[in-house]
Amino acid sequence: MEYVGEHLMPGKLGQFFVVLSFAGSLVATLSYLKTANARSLEEAASWKKMARFAFLLNTVSVFIVFATIYYIIRQHYFEYNFAWEHSSKSLDPKYMLSCIWEAQEGSFLLWMMWNGVLGTILMFRVRHWEAPLLTIISFAQFCLTTMILGVYVFSFQVGHSPFLLVRQMFQEAPIFQRADYLSIPQMQDGQSLNALLQNYWMVIHPPVLFLGFSSTIIPFAFAVGGLWKKEYGSWTKTALPWTLFSACVLGTGIMMGAAWAYESLTFGGYWAWDPVENASLVPWLVLVAGLHTQVVYNSTGHSLRATYLFLILGFTLILYSTFLTRSGILGDTSVHAFVGSGLDLQLILLIVLFFVPAIFLFFIRYNRIPHVSKEENTWSREFWMFIGSLVIFLSAIFIMVWTSLPVINTVFGTKLVTGDDPKFAYNRIEIFIAIILGLLTATVQYLKYKNSSPSQVLKKLWPLTALALVISVSVSVFGHVQYTDYGSGYQAAVHLALFAGIYSVVSNAGYIFNSLNGKIKMAGASIAHAGFGLLLVGILISSSKKEVLSHNTTGINLPFDPKTKENPLENLTLLKNVKTDMGKYYATYLSNDSVNTAGNITYFKVKFEDKKTGETFDLWPNLIKNTKGMENFSNNPDKQHYWDRDIFTYISYANILDKQRDTSGFKAFPVALHDTIYYSRGMLILDTVLVNPTTDKYHFTASDTALLAKIRVISRDSQQYTLSPLLYVKDNMIHRVSDTLFAQNLAVELGSVMNNKKIQLLTKESSDLVPFVSLKVYMFPQINLVWIGVVVMMTGFVMSIRNRRKTLLKKTPQPLA
Amino acid sequence: MKRTHIILLVFIAISIGLLVSFMGNLSTYETIASARQKEGKNVTIIARLDNSKPMEYNPVKDPNYLSFYILDTLGSQARVVYHYGKPYDMEKAERVVLKGKMNGDVFEISQKDGILIKCPSKYKDDPEMAKKNLNKTQ
Repeated sequence: MEYVGEHLMPGKLGQFFVVLSFAGSLVATLSYLKTANARSLEEAASWKKMARFAFLLNTVSVFIVFATIYYIIRQHYFEYNFAWEHSSKSLDPKYMLSCIWEAQEGSFLLWMMWNGVLGTILMFRVRHWEAPLLTIISFAQFCLTTMILGVYVFSFQVGHSPFLLVRQMFQEAPIFQRADYLSIPQMQDGQSLNALLQNYWMVIHPPVLFLGFSSTIIPFAFAVGGLWKKEYGSWTKTALPWTLFSACVLGTGIMMGAAWAYESLTFGGYWAWDPVENASLVPWLVLVAGLHTQVVYNSTGHSLRATYLFLILGFTLILYSTFLTRSGILGDTSVHAFVGSGLDLQLILLIVLFFVPAIFLFFIRYNRIPHVSKEENTWSREFWMFIGSLVIFLSAIFIMVWTSLPVINTVFGTKLVTGDDPKFAYNRIEIFIAIILGLLTATVQYLKYKNSSPSQVLKKLWPLTALALVISVSVSVFGHVQYTDYGSGYQAAVHLALFAGIYSVVSNAGYIFNSLNGKIKMAGASIAHAGFGLLLVGILISSSKKEVLSHNTTGINLPFDPKTKENPLENLTLLKNVKTDMGKYYATYLSNDSVNTAGNITYFKVKFEDKKTGETFDLWPNLIKNTKGMENFSNNPDKQHYWDRDIFTYISYANILDKQRDTSGFKAFPVALHDTIYYSRGMLILDTVLVNPTTDKYHFTASDTALLAKIRVISRDSQQYTLSPLLYVKDNMIHRVSDTLFAQNLAVELGSVMNNKKIQLLTKESSDLVPFVSLKVYMFPQINLVWIGVVVMMTGFVMSIRNRRKTLLKKTPQPLA
Repeated sequence: MKRTHIILLVFIAISIGLLVSFMGNLSTYETIASARQKEGKNVTIIARLDNSKPMEYNPVKDPNYLSFYILDTLGSQARVVYHYGKPYDMEKAERVVLKGKMNGDVFEISQKDGILIKCPSKYKDDPEMAKKNLNKTQ
């Protein structure tokens, strides 16, 4: 059948470049392999030429594929499944890119783009490591390209093409029997981007995270290259800036995701130990462990074997996390894993193809990896750095095992699942890890490599230790850090961790002055560690002093299970325009009439008034209409930001947006002037009826027909109110403007003018008349420290990268690229 | 034996000890019937909503009380009480994963994240949903 109005050209072009990139990566892998194993320089040079060309061809093709998808989305070609499923006409242009990485294919593509960029940079930077490194990266490109290839090998489908048409995706749908199916309304617009992802962090977080994912292959490739070429120890200095880069970018990407979760999700925080979060945290931890052992090896010759293991595992765990989040196996444990995609086999193969050869090489060459047989000295830096790395690594394993329960269940047929408080399952271990790491980062750099004199170390450390102790005790005492939810043992651990964090900040700041003599260029590590300390302090204070402000003081006091650890009455109902007591604040729900230009977001204005200071501020928590044909809304929180705390709120329920509304009708009463009628909570008296009145809103003239009734309402508790319903005729149509008395759940309308000088009055009583919202309000004290800590830490990383690169360039002059 | 080896062994022993001791804190997936057997113990149930029975949530009266009925694959049913606000899209949920404990005849959930809703398209699109949207009559 000839279909009308399809634009098939971009898809064909795109698919051509998918295949070209596939071919390019295959040729690049094979010719780089030949280059690496070449016997003579001439042979290597000729293969290398071809390999470089093929790799660049692959990179360019991947970028063209990406550009083509972007073009299809931008042009709203909804015949393509990609555009139809992930975008819509009304979508804000700044989210057009987010649509691409919402899809599995798009995020693989993002990964491949970064691989291409990093591979191209490496090509001209790493000299004789180029061949082994790029063999591995090209092979990764090859494997990732198969994910978007979309061809059948026998009956097995290899990957999903991003250029599939909707009619190919859903062949059996009856609408495709029409040649003009594109003119059918459901093909005129797409399913749009998931409401929760319509946040600016989702524009930037995925590219940074995927740069992090992609970059972990570099330390991995160096390690595997070292084993493969039997140059066991010569790569570690060249590779160090790359390991630092990878840890820096991956860490930044993860924390950007945390910032998104904090801003647009409602679980009340930036971190929930969700499997998807853990899946990227674990490789980061392992990479950080590897980074430290690599530094140790560069300075002392110790810990090279551990470095190999950590760097190999770092990238393997990235692949494993890809499997976890994309295979659908986390379905029952995570809020935001992908739904299964049928790529499971390919995803498992991806892990196996990289991990098995690497770990095999590691074990057969284990004995040849150089090591120092002499033990590290107890008063040496390398010994404690190794211990620190080991602690980080073990904590990573612990998180991994817990996160992998669904995998363990699948493999062993068990039915294990974390208990009803999964966050604490992690926290009770991680707090001790944090204490150890805080103390180590505070003290270890005062030790010298090889050996150091205890008295000198202590001389420098004790004033800082004392200072940290004073600060942390004052924070603990005057900061009212009282976290008794999990008993006194855990509370003690919180205080200890608080000390460790503060100690780390103080000691690392001190180190810059008392040991580096203020040479800030050298201070990358100290700054990164101080940032870690600050982050730790921020995490501890913002979590342990997190407070629910919206305690329900108005609702009926429900008997709740005394065994529950939390007071469950955390939502507060606010009736429109009724100032409600909310602990430290008064809250008033003012309006819900603001909508964004696209019409999919409804903003609720809620006024808060601090009881003590009288300070007021408005927050606009909002509800985003769900996409993908789903009804209802996703809530999007809003917060008031102070230097020392955030007031964070979201709408947990709003009745005006609820479709199932009370439709009980109006009751009609014929009334004359000064007549009284009754309603369940009092009475109404018709005081006057004005003809063609002039009000703030309406200006009727003699030619109009309009009636405005003034009705006095006297409630049983002898409150008096006035209602003014309006009736007018315009363009031969009767218009009724009802008036509602929210406080009494009463609405009044003017029905019609009857003869015998009576008018028909319509009344309606319903609890649903009153617009109300159920609100949840949190306070996060010192949440700023979390974000500042992250920024400081990453700044430290960047400084280290620059410093290590500079020393590298000094020692080994680079040829001009 | 080297000191490093001893330290390694100690660490491994500690981690195995921790993992084993926390295995006791793990709960297991249960059916409604087997959860009844373990009254008072924290369990996880995967079930679907019983739409033939009313879901009770009246935020004017109390925004922190939600009650609904579930059915599991074996056909047993139970009432669930959740002491937090009603999660969005609750009615649309295909399956729910509930963490809590049986208390008499009622399954009580005392943690806010005790309900995980399996809306197929909550985060990532579901082909079935897309198909439905495609075929819906105008």
